[in-house]
Amino acid sequence: MLDRLKFIPVRLLQSIPVAFGVTIIVFFMVHLLPGNPAVAILGQTATPERVAALSEKLGLNDPLWQQYLLFLKHVVTGDLGNSLTYGRPVKDMVLQAVPVTLTLLFYALLISLIISVPLAGLAASAPGRLRDFGVRVFTLLGQGMPQFWVGIMLILLLAVKVRAFPVGGYGETPLEHIYYLFLPALTLALTMTPTTIRSLRASTINVLGSDYVGTARSKGAAGIFLFRRHVMRNAAIPTVSIIGVNLGYLVGGSLVIEKVFAVPGIGSLMLNSIFTRDFPTIQAVALFVALFVVVVGIVTDVVYTAIDPRVDLSSKERA
Amino acid sequence: MSATVLTGIRARRRPVRSRALKPWYRNGTLVAGIVIVGLLVLIAVFAPLLAPYDPIKQNLPQALQSPSAAHWLGTDKYGRDILSRLLYGARVDLRVGFLAVLIPFVVGSVLGALAGYFGGWFDAIVMRIVDVFFAFPFYVLVIALVFVLGAGESSIYLAIAAVSWVSYAKIMRGELLVAKKQDYVVAARLGGISNRRTLLRHIGPNVLSQAVIYAMSDIVMDIMAIVTLGYLGLGIAPPTAEWGSMILDGQEFITTQWQQATIPGLAVVVTSLGLSFLGDGLADLLNPERRR
Repeated sequence: MLDRLKFIPVRLLQSIPVAFGVTIIVFFMVHLLPGNPAVAILGQTATPERVAALSEKLGLNDPLWQQYLLFLKHVVTGDLGNSLTYGRPVKDMVLQAVPVTLTLLFYALLISLIISVPLAGLAASAPGRLRDFGVRVFTLLGQGMPQFWVGIMLILLLAVKVRAFPVGGYGETPLEHIYYLFLPALTLALTMTPTTIRSLRASTINVLGSDYVGTARSKGAAGIFLFRRHVMRNAAIPTVSIIGVNLGYLVGGSLVIEKVFAVPGIGSLMLNSIFTRDFPTIQAVALFVALFVVVVGIVTDVVYTAIDPRVDLSSKERA
Repeated sequence: MSATVLTGIRARRRPVRSRALKPWYRNGTLVAGIVIVGLLVLIAVFAPLLAPYDPIKQNLPQALQSPSAAHWLGTDKYGRDILSRLLYGARVDLRVGFLAVLIPFVVGSVLGALAGYFGGWFDAIVMRIVDVFFAFPFYVLVIALVFVLGAGESSIYLAIAAVSWVSYAKIMRGELLVAKKQDYVVAARLGGISNRRTLLRHIGPNVLSQAVIYAMSDIVMDIMAIVTLGYLGLGIAPPTAEWGSMILDGQEFITTQWQQATIPGLAVVVTSLGLSFLGDGLADLLNPERRR
């Protein structure tokens, strides 16, 4: 077991260039702004004095590489500057929004598993038959619907027609958070289930055809017991990595969903900052999200190796 | 004995053969895809003839009408006919969706193919860059880039290209890693054919199908992206009719006029279903041996 986790330090080392690359992209975003970034940030109506002051503050008069090193130093020390709109440290604003988004993400993950596992099992139990086809139609439709539109439709059905849930917001107490976040989490979950179901269905069909399931069947295992004890455990393994990849996709989705339901997470923070041209905040959110995805990638690999003794990521095979 | 073995083999091979040789018009998924996408393209092209009203001109006295004989799908808050805007919206969303695929398809496929074919330091650099771009969730980078580059259609193309070339690079690199070990490629190289010619004439036609199949689902993703940008107010500027911004306008009136936000969304669903069918059908057609 411990032997198999030897790849972790290597995996961490591999992520370092990626993390550097992320900082480079986020840094250069400022310089893609046409003209003087200070003018772009402040708007065309800004006085020359303000532009000069901001240029000085952002270090725009220094050579590019010096600016990058300074930026890197700020990233490492966690000092990402102050919001141009609120004057507060950007770090505080991001840290305040992160728990909201994380709650939403894991809530969505939970709901999507509750939906996917039975549906995938249903489809895999009779490939090519009517219920398999039904599940396939569900996944096709799920992939074809814009996430934010699914959210609006859920608002229409469950908040406007049937007044079971609030139209948006976050609530005050933890219990209220669970209640308020249900519709946004369901929206995210629905858009994530198609890929999860596809992967689970394929691996379940694989496992069902294997010798040891045949053996278990011949010993009298059947139904839910066979499924839980013998099939699900093995079928879940490839899905773990799919979920890991999807979590990154989910972060991007939550950005839009937060706007639909007015959830005060990092997505709302980023979108609001875009309309107020609050560049330090946009940078900080992009940076945080990308580094989060890098970390999730590492965690996924570790979990994947830990639950499947056959996977050995320390070997050279992985390209 | 030998007769039974032979017939056994024949009985097993026949369905495989007939499936591979099945003409394209017998492929139900592909035909459904062609019909749906074809109709949508026709709607987009002939929108000016089909639309009963001007999609942009405001008519405030007629604002927020429910569906009627004069306005089949009702009117929006500026009194514009929703059906006309829906038809004109197909022009914008389909055009941007199809065009946005081109740059990432070419750039990603070429970089991925070169990386897979030559390997070495070039491969290492390209793949590290791919890793970096993969770290950003699609919408985070697209939205940030659209903001940085300024609103407008060309910014959308650039932002989508910057984000989605990586998938093509990954796919083509994988294909090349397999292809370059195949006998026909080894033979071509041993025969003294230049790298350029080997890549373009011998490998290219054999590996491109995977990228084409992926492009179909990529168009769906791009249309989603445009609609989403429109919904966020970062897409094609109003008053141009576009499905995403129509949904945004409609959300305001969800309690009284639910059809305003619902119908443009349905248009997106139909479009993406059509393109998915087309992609699945093409996948069957281009590599019959890979069928489930």
